[in-house]
Amino acid sequence: MLISRIDNFVTVSQLRLNNFFETLAGLFLFSVRFFKEVFIMPYEIEEVKKHMVELGMKTLPIVGVTGFIIGLVITMQMQPVMQRFGAEAFLPGSVGISIVRELGPVITALIFAGRVSSGIGAELGSMRVTEQIDAMEVSGVNPFKFLVVTRILATTFILPILTVYVIFIALIGSYIAVVLVQNMTWEYYVGRVIFSVEFGDAIPGVSKTFVFGYIVGLVGSYLGFNAKNGTEGVGRASTTSVVIASLLILIFDMILVKLTLWLWPTTT
Amino acid sequence: MVEIKKLHKSFDGMTVLDGVSVYVENGQNMVVFGRSGTGKSVLLKCLIRLMEPDSGEIYVDGLDVRSLDNKSLNELRKDMGFLFQGAALYDSMSVRENLEFPLIRNYELTQREMNERVNSVLEAVSLEEAIDKMPSELSGGMRKRIGLARSIITKPKLMLYDEPTTGLDPITAKEISSLILELQNQYNMTSIVVTHDLLCAKIIADYAIVLNEGHIIHSGRISELVSSKDEFLQNFFNDEVINPNGRD
Repeated sequence: MLISRIDNFVTVSQLRLNNFFETLAGLFLFSVRFFKEVFIMPYEIEEVKKHMVELGMKTLPIVGVTGFIIGLVITMQMQPVMQRFGAEAFLPGSVGISIVRELGPVITALIFAGRVSSGIGAELGSMRVTEQIDAMEVSGVNPFKFLVVTRILATTFILPILTVYVIFIALIGSYIAVVLVQNMTWEYYVGRVIFSVEFGDAIPGVSKTFVFGYIVGLVGSYLGFNAKNGTEGVGRASTTSVVIASLLILIFDMILVKLTLWLWPTTT
Repeated sequence: MVEIKKLHKSFDGMTVLDGVSVYVENGQNMVVFGRSGTGKSVLLKCLIRLMEPDSGEIYVDGLDVRSLDNKSLNELRKDMGFLFQGAALYDSMSVRENLEFPLIRNYELTQREMNERVNSVLEAVSLEEAIDKMPSELSGGMRKRIGLARSIITKPKLMLYDEPTTGLDPITAKEISSLILELQNQYNMTSIVVTHDLLCAKIIADYAIVLNEGHIIHSGRISELVSSKDEFLQNFFNDEVINPNGRD
């Protein structure tokens, strides 16, 4: 009985692992196709702009609220610690650095993945199973170019903009947490943040969100574009895209942080 | 116009088309009958290269469809229309945008010329009032009509219909069949129709082939097939044999 259960567990794990690596291989090939097609005319600029506005507006409230709370909470958590070491003056700087370098980009990307990647997966998946993608191809329009390339470009370019917005909102949250317990003007607070946060913190922090945005668009589009088995396949494309996109964001964050520290050692 | 030679297609080791050869003359309307899962829709999709066959030759207007590059294939597709089973209207676009979509991307027309074409096809399918509606606001029959309008807006020479009356009530199905015939005559198109609906077939076409287990087992005039003493045909036309779990 136990041996049979273990055997079953091993078989299921192997199958899941195989599926995961198959998905990664598929994502790589899909990515190669993206780079082949992105430079070929027509560029569908209007579609890219439309998706940027749609995706940006859809995510703006939720990332704003999250950014505000993150800024507020992290400051409330750090304040007693800094106070213990008599380093309260460094609070705006340390919160600023952690938000600009890591929390802002990663939290925004993860929320964006949850909201957008699943949406793209469901939308394209539904278009696939209802033959809308085939209809587009029959009309002499390249569906990969029109549906996939435009969405990936939109997610790649909108996420850095959202990240800057979240960083700003998070700093406001942080400032509110500070003024609740001590007197500090906004100008002084911002001055301390600017004094502490260098370009070496801000540029890599925001730049890596281009990669995260690309991942969100790529994963959602790949799973939606290749959805099978009717509505069940659409649901699977939607949920799986969130899981894979979030996981890849964290893996790439690790790689990019290491790369940043290697390229700009001064930022340490 | 259309010539298919020894077409083979299989999925995961299961043979769906096993050496099918078809010839359709210019202006002819041909119906493809067969049980579900016998590869009728696959045949249509191979013809327009939405699917790649395993082997065989396909010629449309003398052009070898399988060897065309993307640009030539798109040129050829401009002369072909495809009515999908569920109409496949783009959910995120209004009826007008659905109809304009193939025009904007394939032709250099002025807005006025485009409006004329849109109005003309909507008039042809008697749905002028639906121009600003979204697909979700349309009934099944209306969706089929708009799908038909979108297929003919590029004035194709060859129309492919995949189960045009499936899922419709008998009255609407008859209306759609009559409309298809009317449009075929009006636009002088050649057509291939995949259907289970005998009434639809009788209205639209006079020639049919019957697919079974990957082969064409009968071909001829619909009246001849219907009155045949062949056991399979008698079963098929009398009982409307349907296997809903199959692939076609």
